[in-house]
Amino acid sequence: MVIPRTLKDLGRLIEEEIETDLVSWSVEKGELSLIVERPAITRVLTYLRDSETFQFSQLMDVCGVDYLGREPRFEVVYHLLSLVRNWRLRIKVQVEDGMPVPSVTSVYNCANWWEREVFDLYGIPFEDHPDLRRILTDYGFEGHPLRKDFPLTGYVEVRYDEEQKRVVYEPVKLPQAFRTFDFESPWEGMETAVKASAVKEGS
Amino acid sequence: MEKDTPQKQSFTMNFGPQHPAAHGVLRLILEMDGEVVERADPHIGLLHRGTEKLIEYKTYLQAIPYFDRLDYVSPMAQEHVFALAVEKLLGLEIPVRAKYIRVLFCEITRILNHLLNITTMAIDVGAMTPLLWGFEEREILMGFYERVSGARLHANYFRPGGVHKDLPPGLAEDIMAFVNRFPKVIDDLEGLLTENRIFKQRTVNIGAVTAEQALDWGFTGPMLRASNVAWDLRRNQPYEVYDQLEFFVPVGQNGDCYDRYLVRMEEMRQSVRIIKQCLEKMPEGPVKVDDYKVVPPPRVKMKTSMEALIHHFKLYTEGYHVPKGETYTIVEAPKGEFGVYLVSDGSNRPYRCKIRPPSFAFMQAFDFMTKGHMLADVPSIIGSLDIVFGEIDR
Repeated sequence: MVIPRTLKDLGRLIEEEIETDLVSWSVEKGELSLIVERPAITRVLTYLRDSETFQFSQLMDVCGVDYLGREPRFEVVYHLLSLVRNWRLRIKVQVEDGMPVPSVTSVYNCANWWEREVFDLYGIPFEDHPDLRRILTDYGFEGHPLRKDFPLTGYVEVRYDEEQKRVVYEPVKLPQAFRTFDFESPWEGMETAVKASAVKEGS
Repeated sequence: MEKDTPQKQSFTMNFGPQHPAAHGVLRLILEMDGEVVERADPHIGLLHRGTEKLIEYKTYLQAIPYFDRLDYVSPMAQEHVFALAVEKLLGLEIPVRAKYIRVLFCEITRILNHLLNITTMAIDVGAMTPLLWGFEEREILMGFYERVSGARLHANYFRPGGVHKDLPPGLAEDIMAFVNRFPKVIDDLEGLLTENRIFKQRTVNIGAVTAEQALDWGFTGPMLRASNVAWDLRRNQPYEVYDQLEFFVPVGQNGDCYDRYLVRMEEMRQSVRIIKQCLEKMPEGPVKVDDYKVVPPPRVKMKTSMEALIHHFKLYTEGYHVPKGETYTIVEAPKGEFGVYLVSDGSNRPYRCKIRPPSFAFMQAFDFMTKGHMLADVPSIIGSLDIVFGEIDR
């Protein structure tokens, strides 16, 4: 098999190999990213890891992204690395709220905690995960903090109570209401200026 | 108690969250069979501050200080990855002098980090002197941090578009004097540890990881190289000016705690080499791009030019808008591959900023590394993992 030289060739080759599982692929800013069908993720990752051509032996990262207001709402993003070929690859799976994603723990051991983190922060469940517990948030925490509809301030605050001699949880009280500033102001030329300079610097 | 039927009894032990050998706020639930660890369940997240969420509410410029506070023993390496990611989305190319300054301080950061890790690992297994000697040198290095950025730890020095300020007069000479003297300190530390019988008894063949396991568990950096995988992002996927510098990538043989220590020791020597080359090769010139939409205009200009004043005001209130797009940018931080998955929706704030800390993967592998080892080996394994909870918990 011919080893692809460019990311475009690599994308085309992967498209040939996993055609039915692939939704789309693109190369942007020198990075190849694929969107694959949700049920096929385990199969695709196993293939990419074991295939002699690709040898994506390392799963660097799994993370969730919340595109609130878009259907399907969430994306689970996997970053793979092939040490032999020196390639990086981004694989995305789109998932609606409440729908489970197959766990890839059986393919890469290190997916375990990354998936727990995605579950904790976004509330995306993973099917067949050996140990799907919360990982980063407090014991007994409610909600999924990195969702876009979760407020930055949260719902509860903790303090040490001198009388009860223990830490107590209370609803969050803000002396001043949380403010966000709308900076989408009509300052003409902002975007174009950045683009112009990018062209100038890049040339 | 019934004594006539001897039976295997395993018991559960709580380790931490506040324990000097835990290198931070780590809580371990250890299931023990006598002195032997059967299963370790690390409870992390006690230092979770919601960095990723906070960054979504800050402008790109305001997000940088959060990176200092992730892995707080190697701050500049993390600013670096965010600066690179934003520059990639903006399509900026920074001046050559800025690249050299960045590499220079990344390597100073590497020495800072390895000095802390090696010496605290030594104190975990009973050697106190390396800590005292190593921290003396760290003070000097943090002095360099202070002279260049004004802060000893949370530097906030690398900005998208370059570095904040040029090196102050005399700093380059002082760094040169330091790196000429520093190899002697490494020799002294090695004299204390490398052939030390107690140190070797506590580290050789402890927590050994094969190359396959290291890859499977997502190891990077010295942890991967100690398992005999020659993979260094500075060499394999070079950024800034690393492709023009000469250095070796040390690898270990057995992937045990001792090899990880040796790899870090050698990396410090290589960092010294890189720093020397940077100081010799560093050209004169600007240290940031001259686009005042991304970097602030010089103070002198602000006094005379209305335009510069407006730029300054807009930059520090609204910030700049980053074109729509996404990138996964990586650097070889002292601990391993530190990555940022940055998604921009075209506004002045990141839409999503996922931080990929190297120690998260190490901590995850802790269970299989300790299995079958004695309780007394747990501190040496934790020490050799080089974990900092600022970045694991984020």
